Formats: sequence, C-alpha cells, structure tokens
Amino acid sequence: MKLRNSARHEGGNKIELQMTPMIDIVFQLLVFFVMTFKVAAMEGDFDIKMPAAAQGSPSFDNLPLKLTLRATPTGKLDEVRLGERTFSGLSYQDKFRKLQDQIVTQIGTDTGPGSARETAEIEIDADYNLQYEFVIEAMTAVTGRVDKEGNIQRLIEKVKFSPSSGGG
Amino acid sequence: MRIKKSRRELAEGDMTPMIDMTFQLIAFFMVLINFSQAEQDDKVRLPDSELARPPDAPLVDALTLHVRQSGLTVISNDEHDMEQLRKRMILEKQYTDDPKKVTIIIRGDKAVPTGKVQEVIRLCQDVGFELFALRAKERLNR
Repeated sequence: MKLRNSARHEGGNKIELQMTPMIDIVFQLLVFFVMTFKVAAMEGDFDIKMPAAAQGSPSFDNLPLKLTLRATPTGKLDEVRLGERTFSGLSYQDKFRKLQDQIVTQIGTDTGPGSARETAEIEIDADYNLQYEFVIEAMTAVTGRVDKEGNIQRLIEKVKFSPSSGGG
Repeated sequence: MRIKKSRRELAEGDMTPMIDMTFQLIAFFMVLINFSQAEQDDKVRLPDSELARPPDAPLVDALTLHVRQSGLTVISNDEHDMEQLRKRMILEKQYTDDPKKVTIIIRGDKAVPTGKVQEVIRLCQDVGFELFALRAKERLNR
C-alpha cells in the first residue's frame, strides 16, 4: 500500500509561502510606530469660571477668601498670604502645606450640601512675574488633597483670579 | 575508515512566535498612538499637581491654548502674539453657537509669568468666553 505522504519524497507540488515580504512590511510598521510613539503623562484640569462682567465688581455673594502670592524678582515664590495671615516655611512646599491646613481649619470637615466646603470661594491675587507653577501649586493646596488611600478630598472648588491680579 | 556522509538539510527556523510577537507589538503601538496634535505642544512643560487626574469624559466644546514660556500662545500649531490671538479668538467665537459653553483649556508652561496667563484669560473674557480649565500633568511621586 502506498502512503499518502510519499509524494513528498517524489518531489511533488509543495507550495511554499513567501514570508520575507510580509516580515519586511511588518517590521517597517513596527519601526514607524516605535519612532512615533510618545509617552504622554496623564493630564488633568482645574476648572475656573470667570465671566467678564465680574471684573471690577464684587462677584461673590459671600466674602471670598483672598490668597495673595508674592514673587521674588526672579519669579520664585516669596510670600503666601491668606487674608492677613502669612505662611512661613523653609520651602514653598512647607508654605503651601500650612496654607492647606489653614484652609481645612477654616472651612471645616463637613461635606454635605450647603456646607462651608461647598460654598466657600477663593480669589487668587498673584504677582505678574510669579512663575505659573506656583499658581498651580497654590490651586492644588486650596482645591483638595490626597488622603492615605489615594482618594482626593475636595476642599474649595470655586476658584477665581482677582481682577487686579497679574498687574504690572 | 569510513566517512559518514553529511546530509545536507536546510535548517528552517520557526518564524511563527516571532511574527506573533511582532503583531502584538504593532497592535500595542496602534492602540496607543495619538495623531492629534491640537492637544500637544512640545515647547510647553506643564506644571504638575497631585490633583491633576484625567477627566471621566472628554470636554465636548473645548479649545486648547498653549502658553509658551516666551508668552507666545499656540492654537492648533499656529503661533500668536496677543494681537493675533484676539483676532483668532474673535474668529473662534464666530464658529461657536454659544461661547459661554466653550471651555478654554489653558496649557501654560510652568515657567511662564502668571501675568501672561492672566492676560490670555482676560483677552478670552473680553471676547466672550468664561469657562476656563488650567491644565496640569499628573504628579506621580512627590
């Protein structure tokens, strides 16, 4: 009896798939994607609502907290003040940590509807030449903090820039 | 002495695992690739914040402004000084149904003077926009 696969030994028709062009293309695609790949850090937003009509007139029903940020001539953070209270510290992180503690003390820990956290508003008055990263640090300190479990605790959600802020 | 006849056989490597891996790599990069340039500007180094988390849903009506350290503002790869920016924003306003519902996303360089960012915000306010989002990148470890 003749076995079916004996044709192999007899030089029968064997179709060989040409892999080389496919692998070439696949590698070219791979190189393209690797070269164009950009690792982007996750980004998030701090929302602020600033209607133009609010300029020059008292915009808040409640008296807002006023955060003043003063800059050194080189644009670094010099002074952090909440109302009349100045926060001192060795580094700007220290100052913002103290600011955050003060905010928590002032607005309390209630989170329900109508609580101070929900209604509190803050106005930021920053020097013109202050580097923008310090403003974002300040916004981070006043709008929330991350607890030990990694959850965000919201503090003051209504933030705006003072109309006189950033002047000369 | 008898010499063994060497059998000449072509050694063929098994290509299947390599091709599998390559396709998986291609699929990985294809999924992650982002062709959109409007949301990015290489010259802007965002400040970081531990509260910056990606939003649950993307903003529907949004316009991204990149404020570089030099003070130049970039919209969709077009550079603008303040005067050009005013014209551009007036144009953008005409394209929108209601500018009050459009969020202006500001991607400011971390070293740009705050006053520059506020000038941009004021200009947008003058044109009629009033919702702003200051963008920061997520701080991974402090």
